[in-house]
Amino acid sequence: MAIELKMPALSPTMEEGKLAKWLVKEGDEVSSGDILAEIETDKATMEFEAVDEGTLGKILVPEGTEGVKVGTVIAMIAGEGEDASALEAPKEPEPKVEAQQVKSDVVQEKPADGGSGQLASDARPKVRDPEVPHGTNMKTSTVREALRDAMAEEMRRDERVFVMGEEVAEYQGAYKVTQGLLEEFGPKRVIDTPITEYGFAGIGTGAAMGGLRPIVEFMTFNFAMQAIDHIINSAAKTNYMSGGQMRCPVVFRGPNGAAARVGAQHSQNYGPWYAHVPGLVVIAPYDASDAKGLLKAAIRCEDPVVFLENELVYGRNFELPELDDHVLPIGKARIMREGKDVTIVSYSIGVGIALEAAETLAGEGIDAEVLDLRTLRPLDKEAVLESLAKTNRVVVAEEGFPVCSIASEIATICMEEGFDNLDAPVLRVCNEDVPLPYAANLEKAALIDATRVVEAVKKVCYR
Amino acid sequence: MPKAKSDAKNSEIAAGSPGEEDDFALRSLQQTHAEDRRYSASKEELLHFYEQMLLIRRFEEKAGQLYGLGLIGGFCHLYIGQEAVAVGLQSALKGGLDSVITGYRDHGHMLAYGIDPKVIMAELTGRHSGISKGKGGSMHMFSVEHKFFGGHGIVGAQVPLGAGLAFAHKYNEDGGVTLAYFGDGAANQGQVYESFNMASLWKLPIIFVVENNQYAMGTAVKRGSAETHFYRRGTAFRIPGMQVDGMDVLEVRKAAEIALEHVRGGNGPVLMELSTYRYRGHSMSDPAKYRSREEVQGVREKRDPIEHAKTELMEMGVSEASLKDIDKRVRATVAEAADFAENSPEPELSELYTDVLVERY
Repeated sequence: MAIELKMPALSPTMEEGKLAKWLVKEGDEVSSGDILAEIETDKATMEFEAVDEGTLGKILVPEGTEGVKVGTVIAMIAGEGEDASALEAPKEPEPKVEAQQVKSDVVQEKPADGGSGQLASDARPKVRDPEVPHGTNMKTSTVREALRDAMAEEMRRDERVFVMGEEVAEYQGAYKVTQGLLEEFGPKRVIDTPITEYGFAGIGTGAAMGGLRPIVEFMTFNFAMQAIDHIINSAAKTNYMSGGQMRCPVVFRGPNGAAARVGAQHSQNYGPWYAHVPGLVVIAPYDASDAKGLLKAAIRCEDPVVFLENELVYGRNFELPELDDHVLPIGKARIMREGKDVTIVSYSIGVGIALEAAETLAGEGIDAEVLDLRTLRPLDKEAVLESLAKTNRVVVAEEGFPVCSIASEIATICMEEGFDNLDAPVLRVCNEDVPLPYAANLEKAALIDATRVVEAVKKVCYR
Repeated sequence: MPKAKSDAKNSEIAAGSPGEEDDFALRSLQQTHAEDRRYSASKEELLHFYEQMLLIRRFEEKAGQLYGLGLIGGFCHLYIGQEAVAVGLQSALKGGLDSVITGYRDHGHMLAYGIDPKVIMAELTGRHSGISKGKGGSMHMFSVEHKFFGGHGIVGAQVPLGAGLAFAHKYNEDGGVTLAYFGDGAANQGQVYESFNMASLWKLPIIFVVENNQYAMGTAVKRGSAETHFYRRGTAFRIPGMQVDGMDVLEVRKAAEIALEHVRGGNGPVLMELSTYRYRGHSMSDPAKYRSREEVQGVREKRDPIEHAKTELMEMGVSEASLKDIDKRVRATVAEAADFAENSPEPELSELYTDVLVERY
């Protein structure tokens, strides 16, 4: 059977091109891989190779022809036992093959929530924190101990769980979060890595793809910038790109946000960066109970998790229920303090600042509710909107840059979905929009504090 | 300085890295390979390799054709010319145990692992029945069932990911080995050397495979690489290297066996450089200006892995007619795959929102 040679599309955007030169002539034997012609597009000259074998019949488009549409029959090839000279052009011109047409047919119908379905998945069950049984002993624990206990408990529970990172084993953790783990679990499961974040983040991600449950510790998330390609391109996207075949249950954890007096390169909140990415779960707890309960949930989770801690909070003491298995739900905010006049939304270290501001405000007759997001992705939109419906005013307190922040996202959600409940614009209280300076006075001026939160609350309360 | 003290210092230095040189020789495996270069395949085995290589070639040619017709979009990197590498190496693996990972030029490796050509082609055309439900495309295909872990679009990312898979083999003590393929271009990525270091340090069961097809996109090896002998690049990490003719499927197979024996023996990684050549452009849109037509034609005529196997089969007494039968069978398989890929429906719009996360929160 005669084969039609059609003008090929040699790039995703090519619609037409110039048939610059024929390298074969009528009657030539061609076999697969032979270069038949040179074709010029606006970008480059490309070679057109034969795929089939046979004898070149009629050349229908002479060399030098410009503006040949993709899909036009340019020549005929006779198969075995056919007379090449008898081949004629097809009777009717082939319709142009529209490479782009397939795409334009697929007009996406946007879901009702404006595409933010992944920020807070729809139709999910109302999960709240499990009740702490009456009479449960409460103990005082630092966030550091709570994180360590979470890892140790999960490592006891599941052989697949291991922790790797810089100085996690013999040094006992740069911030002592992994203290004692090497002694209990040995070097097979508590692994010191060289200082190569890109490489070990990739190894951790690959190990998760291979069926393990890695906890990858970054000494700080500032260094995870070296590894961000694996967090985003390898860990977050693979399940989707594989049509749900290949999971990646890895936890990337470590301190995030500003520490004290370490300057710009060591002081940044990556919450908004990771919360931007579909396919990741992003958790940023504040107190010891949430740190423990959510880290345990993160380790058990089938999805890749970015778990953002805060160095300045590691040593703080909190009450923690003494339970055999303290696991908290991912994706759920928590009301830290009930109030009726205004909602202060925050997460991580900002929650402490928000609570401090609420105390001050109470003294001035303003009853502030403090909502701790805990999980940044998927974000508990409902909790924000519910609190807004109650208080009608929202201030977001975030230790991080203001532009494209979680605060920006909260403001958008309130505006898009809670507009009728707003009695005042949503205000963002964030760090100054500058790299974090070293000098003590400048650093203090750059970071959020309770005073600024109080001021913003008064503004939205028109006081 | 008292003499005794200086002696002590010297011996301390001697006890450091230089003294350990004895147990590492870059060419230790290369020598074994030099002594026994080619796998002695039975006629049936070589016929099988031939058919697999031919399947890859015809599949890729068809993919190129479908691309030209606008049925395949975006980037499409063909494996034509490099068939002997994937077929030779993967024929030596234990299916269902060993794992394979590669970059974006991944169709050939999947076919060499026996993955159904239909679902690969349907992924290329972006259809629901594609191996990634049409959500991955040419560069992002996976088969956990076959222990084929992709299909990765970021140059070099598959190398640490592969080391992670090898880490899991070692952790689980399952005896499995990972084959991590990358190109001569990816070989210059920093993460490759981070992976070499950790893989060697932790004696991970992994074979790093550099498919040196001579060009990183349009940059010839010598224009982009200070050390063009890629097999030497593991030396700094005490990883033995092997330089293999990637155009000879039997040489590749033999080299794979030597490397696998070393790795399965708990001796840590091996770095193999497979010298090969890609006949087609880097991707479908390739200006073909960085090398001469004569160069490409020369390799096709003198070193083609499929022609090479064909000649050898005929010397073994296989008739031209039976080789033609194989060709017909392969063409039929590819035509069937293309029909399937063209006629399968596109994914449902609801698929847009599935598989983002595994769990609901």
